[in-house]
Amino acid sequence: MSFLKVDHVSKTFPVLDGPDKGQTFTVFKEVNFEIQQGEFLTMIGHSGCGKSTLLNIMAGFDEPSNGGVILDGNLITKPGLDRMVVFQSFALMPWLSTFENVRVAVKSAHPDWSPDRIKDWTQKYIDMMSLGGAESKKPAFLSGGMRQRVGLARAFAVEPKILLLDEPFAQIDALTRGAIQEELVRMWNATKSTVFMVTHDVDEAILLSDRIALMTNGPDAELAEIVEVNIPRPRSREELIDSKEYVELRSHILHFLVRGAKRQDSPPSEMHFSKKDMEVKGDNSSSEEKRQPA
Amino acid sequence: MSLVDKIKSFDYGPVFMSLGFFLVFILVWHGLTQQPDFDSTGLSENELMTMEFNGDIIQDDAGNYIYNPDKPIGIPGPAKVFDKTKSELKEIFHKKGTNDHGIGHLVWYTVKRFAIGFLAASIFAVVLGVIIGLNKKLFLALNPFIQTLKPISPLAWMPLLLYSVQDPTWTAILVVFMASLWPTVANTAFGVSTMRKDYLRVASLLEMGYFRRLFKVVLPAAAPAIVAGLRISFGSALVAVVPAEMLLGELGIGYLSWIEWNNLDISGVIFAIIVVGVVGVVLDYAFSRVAKLVTYPEM
Repeated sequence: MSFLKVDHVSKTFPVLDGPDKGQTFTVFKEVNFEIQQGEFLTMIGHSGCGKSTLLNIMAGFDEPSNGGVILDGNLITKPGLDRMVVFQSFALMPWLSTFENVRVAVKSAHPDWSPDRIKDWTQKYIDMMSLGGAESKKPAFLSGGMRQRVGLARAFAVEPKILLLDEPFAQIDALTRGAIQEELVRMWNATKSTVFMVTHDVDEAILLSDRIALMTNGPDAELAEIVEVNIPRPRSREELIDSKEYVELRSHILHFLVRGAKRQDSPPSEMHFSKKDMEVKGDNSSSEEKRQPA
Repeated sequence: MSLVDKIKSFDYGPVFMSLGFFLVFILVWHGLTQQPDFDSTGLSENELMTMEFNGDIIQDDAGNYIYNPDKPIGIPGPAKVFDKTKSELKEIFHKKGTNDHGIGHLVWYTVKRFAIGFLAASIFAVVLGVIIGLNKKLFLALNPFIQTLKPISPLAWMPLLLYSVQDPTWTAILVVFMASLWPTVANTAFGVSTMRKDYLRVASLLEMGYFRRLFKVVLPAAAPAIVAGLRISFGSALVAVVPAEMLLGELGIGYLSWIEWNNLDISGVIFAIIVVGVVGVVLDYAFSRVAKLVTYPEM
């Protein structure tokens, strides 16, 4: 029995407007994979393939149209403390200080703890994420990188069964990103956490992951393949650049993405829906594609 | 920054300009309200006697006619208003009979009336706003009523309120209540319904209960919108309390203005206007200090 099982999950939305009103729109279908305890699995794919929707289903924010997600033997039906999400938009409470943002999570996870114990536990994770000195600052006065450190500290402090990272570094500048990625790996090692991450960034995926799941383009997106990252840890950015495995893996993934993220073992699926439907769904691939590594 | 540095770097320009404007205002006021000395040339003995009989003029020690200083003509000048202020402040807490209370008491009556009406309305409005802000259907269903009730002047309710409660004291409080209600309801509902969904997602991940979610997430998230609503309500209630007192004859600073008019004491009317302004500024300052505690920089 695997630790986390995404079991034949599909997601369809009703088309609310336009000529195809009343029909349904399939974002992705029959997504099926497992994550082992302590594993770092990353999902990569173009915008509109539904990877964030899948993450929301795993978090319990959204319901699958078919299939289900089973975490440690339990079917996921609603959000809970056994899964913590790190949001692209940070989702920190702007009225709380750094310390309070983490403490409110610790207190929720351990309502029976004494105030002192909650305080010590909070401080431990604040220090682990190198946030010492910024405890009393409100999020508005922190840089993007610092804000996401708070987001990570909050998520790790709860000690969830699985961490769900939704493009956590997309809003952080490239120089800061490297430092926080390294801290994430350090925290992942120290806490023996299980991580599922969604990203656009191929380098980030290779640097951090044990395995990388590749999604075909939506609509009707499918899980094309899962590649193993057999690069020994600890990995450093510098060593990676010259590593043979890295270069091969990177070009494999980039070819997949540039080719249009089609499944190799089956003919390209027929397009049932016009481009207009995708616009109705709020697809913003044109703006997000600019962030793709060339 | 040390206090000395603060004092040194403070820009005194606006302060001097303010004082300058005030001085100019006083001088212009004084100039426009200056009364000429009484000139008796061209008036017959009979006319003078009639004027003296009416109390318009009196004879001074030297036997010359002058205007009666106790019978004011025209708008009083700043000196007269200053004298009136001085005499009122001297008797700030006196009480003579049922209606002649010192200005200290009158301010207190108004502030008390205002505070009860405003606080009661604010609590009611925030609770109502949160309930309909969290329920989209209820929001859409109640919105037409709120939009219709919002522009009604709170004074328009007064006859109905007076008829219903049969008591001017409570009617005045209810007028303040009606004035403070709708802006807070509308803003709270808007703030709650438009808060970022991320906050609610975090709350649900942390498995917060209903009340913990309400007090730790929903109310703080909507706090800036709630405070903005309270601020509009505050101004509207402050505007409503003065005419409510005038019309209902309830002791207070609005009443002071009206009673001085009935006494034909125009200096007293001007003094009452100044008191209304000062009380408004002090209450508004107190409000913004409290508001500062619950607002935060947006991310």
